[in-house]
Amino acid sequence: MRSAALFFLVALNAAGSGPQWGGELRFCIRSQPRSLHPALADSESAETFRYLTGGVLIRVNRVTQEIEPELAASWNVSKDGRSIVFHLRTGVCFSDGTPFSADDVAYTMQVLMDPNLHSPAGDSFRSGSAPIQTIVRDKSTVEIRFPEPIAGALRLFDQVAILSRNSPLHEAAVLGPFRLAELKAGSYLQLTRNPNYWKTDGVRRLPYLDAVRLKIQQNRELELLRFERGELDLLSGMDAEQFARIVSRGKAWFRDAGPALEGEILWFNLNPSAPLPDYEKRWFASRNFRRAISHAIRREDLCRVIYEGHAQAGVGPFSAANRFWFNQKLKPHAFDLRRAQELLAADGFRKEGGTLRDSAGHIVEFSVITNSGNRARERAAAMIQQDLAALGIRLNVVTLDFPALVQRITGTFRYETCLLGLVNVDLDPNGQMNVWLSSGAHHPWNPNQTSPATTWEAEIDRLMRAQAANMDPGRRKTLFDRVQEIVWEEAPVLYLLNMNALVAASPALHNLAPAVLRPQLVWNVDRLYLEGRP
Amino acid sequence: MRKAAVILLAAVFALSLLADFVAPYSYATQFRDAPNGAASRSHPLGTDALGRDRFSRLLYGARVSLLLAPSAALVSVVLALVIALLAASSGWCERLLLAAADLFLSLPWIFLLLAARALLPLNAPSLAAALVSFGLLGALGWAGPSRVMLAALKQHLGSDFVLLARASGCRGTRLALVHLAPNLIPLVSAQFLIAIPAYLLAEANLGLLGLGVPEPLPSWGSLLRELESVPAMITHPWVLAPAVILILVVACLYWAVSADKHNV
Repeated sequence: MRSAALFFLVALNAAGSGPQWGGELRFCIRSQPRSLHPALADSESAETFRYLTGGVLIRVNRVTQEIEPELAASWNVSKDGRSIVFHLRTGVCFSDGTPFSADDVAYTMQVLMDPNLHSPAGDSFRSGSAPIQTIVRDKSTVEIRFPEPIAGALRLFDQVAILSRNSPLHEAAVLGPFRLAELKAGSYLQLTRNPNYWKTDGVRRLPYLDAVRLKIQQNRELELLRFERGELDLLSGMDAEQFARIVSRGKAWFRDAGPALEGEILWFNLNPSAPLPDYEKRWFASRNFRRAISHAIRREDLCRVIYEGHAQAGVGPFSAANRFWFNQKLKPHAFDLRRAQELLAADGFRKEGGTLRDSAGHIVEFSVITNSGNRARERAAAMIQQDLAALGIRLNVVTLDFPALVQRITGTFRYETCLLGLVNVDLDPNGQMNVWLSSGAHHPWNPNQTSPATTWEAEIDRLMRAQAANMDPGRRKTLFDRVQEIVWEEAPVLYLLNMNALVAASPALHNLAPAVLRPQLVWNVDRLYLEGRP
Repeated sequence: MRKAAVILLAAVFALSLLADFVAPYSYATQFRDAPNGAASRSHPLGTDALGRDRFSRLLYGARVSLLLAPSAALVSVVLALVIALLAASSGWCERLLLAAADLFLSLPWIFLLLAARALLPLNAPSLAAALVSFGLLGALGWAGPSRVMLAALKQHLGSDFVLLARASGCRGTRLALVHLAPNLIPLVSAQFLIAIPAYLLAEANLGLLGLGVPEPLPSWGSLLRELESVPAMITHPWVLAPAVILILVVACLYWAVSADKHNV
């Protein structure tokens, strides 16, 4: 009897130590998704919704950044990169019970590539004038053929939530861990567990959680207050002040997950047709001038003072968070006032009575424009202003509302330098083609060029096209490393810093594995569980 | 009370004018090893997020704010008074100016302010940008006070002293300036006093749109932006210094003017 009681206690303990089933996870999204159709996700909120509800063929593990099988148990990519064959899992059903098969993959690709739908995820697949072909070999095998090879095409399937061809619920039938239960416009999206989710913990179907409530809240301060009151379970994308507040309270679980992909950059207006005085254009066109500015900026101070140490000095277009593509050989432009003065002297600049003048006697004074309302960015501009004063340069900080700023940097080009944030959502440089090609609309310092204005831009064009056409990851890395080196040497864009991913969660939440890639805290939502809360 | 208020106001004005000599540091100097510093002997009101001495910025900010906010308030109440007097002069003029006031109150002037910022050269001096911001605030702020003043004026127009003045042959400008305007002084003073803190706060809010006083020039409005974080106020109570000084200055202005009113 006694041993039976002991066994019962041990069994109870064992049961208590495992994940707890049930409960509702609550966190905020910035806005209501414009569309809940997975192919039309065009914002962080919509992508989060898609991530929580959509089932994908492969998934990029947000921590290891490796590709992992999901609905496709395995795959083969052809040597020429024009075809991928997916071998699908069997016995998988949509949330409404409709069976999943290769037909659904074909249907999803058909919807995705519909020119009338204008799917952002579909745009990534367009590689030539001919359409993408999807061939259903059998119920569990599907081949996707591209008209032109797409380097890194497999990773793009991380963004493709599979739709059901046969379900009467259409896109509301999902393969992800949760399905939409209720949408209260402007207030929240209520998700409940998908009873047919294909993953299990070995015995029962995941996810552990019963529901997820996505509250729509744009104001970060209110979000923080609600988190502190226990109304929310997760906080991500915090700034240093908010993080310090969470840390000082000591009630929540928190983590600095290291440098994220986001950063702060400053670029020079190198557009030859910009309505700027010729002597200013000559300053900005000079590599020595640009490098001198870079060497005069104390990046470490920016990270320490503004971000309280939760940031790293910027090096290039990718931070160390992008493990594969980050060029390890490059280091941030070091603060070196003497080097900056030498570079300026080489171009004929001289300091007279504390003011820097160019060889023609013009006082070196220019402005930096940035968007208003971002305190951290405004502070960074004020710090750069003081740093450049040490060289005798007068920097005028001008904050503009965002539409006015965009109009200047893309339309009128009436600006000298611009300080803005850099958001990388794609780990692969192919996602930045429109930034690096001189003909690109988002080529920051001189967009929409008919032919490259400089030899180094022509070289970047050549390297970017070459890496995009190459299927060998090692060779692509070598080519893109060279792009990063050229940008580092020429400094048309000064990479100032990369913010760290700062996250916090309720202590009741378990199995958290914060990642720097989005969605930072819920990427493994099917394995998260709440303890001690219904 | 009035004497104390005047002395205090004079002291604040004098300190702001003598900021070059009184302030321990330049308003732009960043002590990067001591951001968000607590009040200390070297920094009596602590330092801001960039390590700038808050006391020095408060003194220099007073120059901008105590000069420009009252100036903008003066512009708007004088405009309001003139328009109210004009409106009171005849029926059609009243209808016209009331319609203009309604239009001014209903139009989203923020677009005009944004356009002004867009037209301003990027390398315009900080003071010029501040002048434009406050000038626009003053020029656009007449509609509300003018309606209040017109209501008071119409009340006065039916009163015995105006009837007596008219019976004595007093008309037009003389009636307005000699009999009506002096009786509106308490109201004008009140509108003026209300407008000063409103413009200081408006300047702080305009900073969010890039229309405020640009960096590194401080203003009380920009210093008040530090109060956005409630927990920071609790842990760093010295960030409240600009708000305390602002309340003190407005209270002193009120006492000085209201006491003056009793002497009239």
